[in-house]
Amino acid sequence: MLRFILMRLGKAAIILIAILTLNFFLIHAAPGDPAAVMAGEAGAADAKFIAQLREQFGLDKPLLTQLGIYLKGVLQFDLGYSYRQQMPVADLILDRLPATLLLTMTAFVISLVLGTAAGVLASARVGKWSDTAISTLALLFYATPLYWAALMAVLLFSVYFNWLPGFGYETVGANYTGFRRALDIGQHLILPATTLGLFFMAVYMRMTRASMLEVSQLDFVKTARAKGLKSGIIQRRHIFRNAMLPVVTLAGLQAGQLVGGAVLTETVFAWPGIGRLMFEALAQRDYNLLLGVFFVSAAMVLVFNLITDILYRFVDPRIRVA
Amino acid sequence: MLKRLTLLAAAFMVTTALHAEPVTGGRANVVIQPEPPSLMLGLVQNGPTQMVAGQIYEGLLRYDEKLQPMPQLAKSWEVSEDGLTYTFNLHDNVKWHDGEPFTSADVVFSADVFLRETHARLRTSLEHVESITAPDDTTVVFKLKQPFGPFLGIFEAGTMPMVPKHIYEGTEYKSNPANNTPIGTGPFKFAEWEKGSHILLTKFEDYYEDGKPYLDEIYWHVIPDAASRAVAYETGVVDILPGGSVENFDVQRIADMENTCITDKGWEYFGPLSWMWLNNREGPTADKRFRQAVMYAMDRNFARDALWNGLGKVSTGPVSSSTRFYTDDVNQYDYDPEKAKALLEEMGYDGETVRLLPLPYGETWQRWAEAVKQNLGEVGIDVEIVSTDVAGWNQKLAEWDYDMAFTYLYQYGDPALGVARSYISTNIAKGSQWNNVEGYENTEVDDLFAKAAVAVTAEERQKLYDEVQQKLVDDVPVAWLLELGFPTIYRCNVKDLVTTAIGVNDGFKDTYIEK
Repeated sequence: MLRFILMRLGKAAIILIAILTLNFFLIHAAPGDPAAVMAGEAGAADAKFIAQLREQFGLDKPLLTQLGIYLKGVLQFDLGYSYRQQMPVADLILDRLPATLLLTMTAFVISLVLGTAAGVLASARVGKWSDTAISTLALLFYATPLYWAALMAVLLFSVYFNWLPGFGYETVGANYTGFRRALDIGQHLILPATTLGLFFMAVYMRMTRASMLEVSQLDFVKTARAKGLKSGIIQRRHIFRNAMLPVVTLAGLQAGQLVGGAVLTETVFAWPGIGRLMFEALAQRDYNLLLGVFFVSAAMVLVFNLITDILYRFVDPRIRVA
Repeated sequence: MLKRLTLLAAAFMVTTALHAEPVTGGRANVVIQPEPPSLMLGLVQNGPTQMVAGQIYEGLLRYDEKLQPMPQLAKSWEVSEDGLTYTFNLHDNVKWHDGEPFTSADVVFSADVFLRETHARLRTSLEHVESITAPDDTTVVFKLKQPFGPFLGIFEAGTMPMVPKHIYEGTEYKSNPANNTPIGTGPFKFAEWEKGSHILLTKFEDYYEDGKPYLDEIYWHVIPDAASRAVAYETGVVDILPGGSVENFDVQRIADMENTCITDKGWEYFGPLSWMWLNNREGPTADKRFRQAVMYAMDRNFARDALWNGLGKVSTGPVSSSTRFYTDDVNQYDYDPEKAKALLEEMGYDGETVRLLPLPYGETWQRWAEAVKQNLGEVGIDVEIVSTDVAGWNQKLAEWDYDMAFTYLYQYGDPALGVARSYISTNIAKGSQWNNVEGYENTEVDDLFAKAAVAVTAEERQKLYDEVQQKLVDDVPVAWLLELGFPTIYRCNVKDLVTTAIGVNDGFKDTYIEK
């Protein structure tokens, strides 16, 4: 097991460097650079001033030299400096990480738990009205654009009913502490987390339902029935456990995206997370910051893939043996 | 009956008295968009930085809506008769937010050392300065090489912010850790910045003007989505939406809300003027008749009424009407498609497609580009809209890779500061979108701008600027659109929010909230 993990980690490091290099060239292929954007925002600047900025940022060096400097830094766990924000990239990312993790993990749990439960329920009542209702809902959640759903949620629950705060991480200026603060953050979390979870919830619903139905047709289930096992035990021990394999794969994929944040959701709900940081960095061509966010989210995808693979071995003994 | 009237009158008098007397205390909740990259105004001068940091840092002067100088850190000033010596007398009881005294040495350091290195716009103006000296702690003398007409107009906080010498002298300015906790002399001091969420400024108790500021604190809310900013106002989270905070199509709806006031004042110093760059070097836009045809073909009244809610003004030429030395005694380009068609026919326009770059600043600008495309299509000009993001737009302009491109620029109160730069031929150079991007060359125009900048009397300058405006309007180097109106929306019980020519950018020291 340890050898397996070490080998996978070694591969992951190589993939990570390859991803960074590719990202580096992709970003530099986009028109404009941070010096021009910053000079532009200053309201006036001559070419001399922009050249002065480029020199400060090291942008006047050949591209390969810049890449070398960057990779060398990363190998020493230094993600560089954001010239626009005048802060180290690692600090900026760490600053935003808690908010993003809170949002994406809540959405993850909501979608996984509700989606799987609804899928199991639907598969147990094929053709009945509850199955139809769940399948229709799943289709609706699956097809609704996130941006629109978010705006509608704000309009309905925030503006019309005034039940929930429409944006932000907490009530700014209220200075709550302790439990009151947790409650406040929780209230702010409901709309963005639910909206963000809708799509994956739909996917889990559909996948669980289909997978449960498929497994229930297999021979070993028939055998279990023939042995006279109770229907509940067959559902839980035999069907559900086997039907979970594709769901675990999907959950692994979704979990990998947790750190990357959610650009649209964070933007509409003014959630101070990494997704927004990344989007702003892209618009401003803040190369180091953008590469830093990509690096962290790529690393997370790799880590969660590894965890998924290890989980497989627990869920499915066949893989462990192989 | 009489008694009741008397009571009413008394009540009215009490209310008026209350109105006149500012209320101390309270919190202002304001939208800031986009989030400023830094609050160190000496290093970063973009719009959002200036809006927040303009309460932290101060300049020597402020300007009223007629652009007349008002005291700030300088309580008085004199200009010598030859227009070469400017003497400023500073308040003597000013402290930095860390308690250190503010003196003339800080002024000399800021203007002569720090900002000469970091402030792209100011350092051009400082080229006219021979020396900056401090004969004593409260006096600063600027000596010029030759008279420079707009000189008294470069002392507001965004153009010449005072930075603390005791913190920055001898350090690497850009990476000084103090940049994250800015220290100024302004009415509010920096307290807290939760990136992505809010910035908090609190009242500076040792502020040198007695009784000011009135507010206890200002919360700046960072809300990236325009629709969410509108919701923030509607749900009462914020009370002030500075100009440009919400999309134009939302302005009227919000302005109609109860207890809501709206003003387009507070932009006089900037005089934001929008136009389309027309590439004077090649293609149909190189022909003056084509450029004139574009002016006649556009229905700019429609654009103002439909896209900008009727706010702003149809531009008459290169100078905004709030800028000094403006004249409307120029050729007028009213909406006249027939005239446009005649000009195109005269030049033998062959229907060549022209590329138009909209400004990537949101929905209004996209719609505006579509309206212009339709207007030009009606007179037979084929327009292709080329979309980019801000960085791409910057690059295309700086590399002259366009036929027509939307933009808007600030004028900073004087043609020598914010107008000449777009038309003089010495300013033609690739690599910047703030110079003569269109490639217009006219030695007469160069001459007039040069003479007007250094002319000593206002009459002389007016005469020269009148002439240059007439020439430019005849040549149409760029297609002027609108003097933009950016409405500030706020609850009506917020008083004295906009008191200067840069409005909320330095105005919060006068602001109070009526209970």
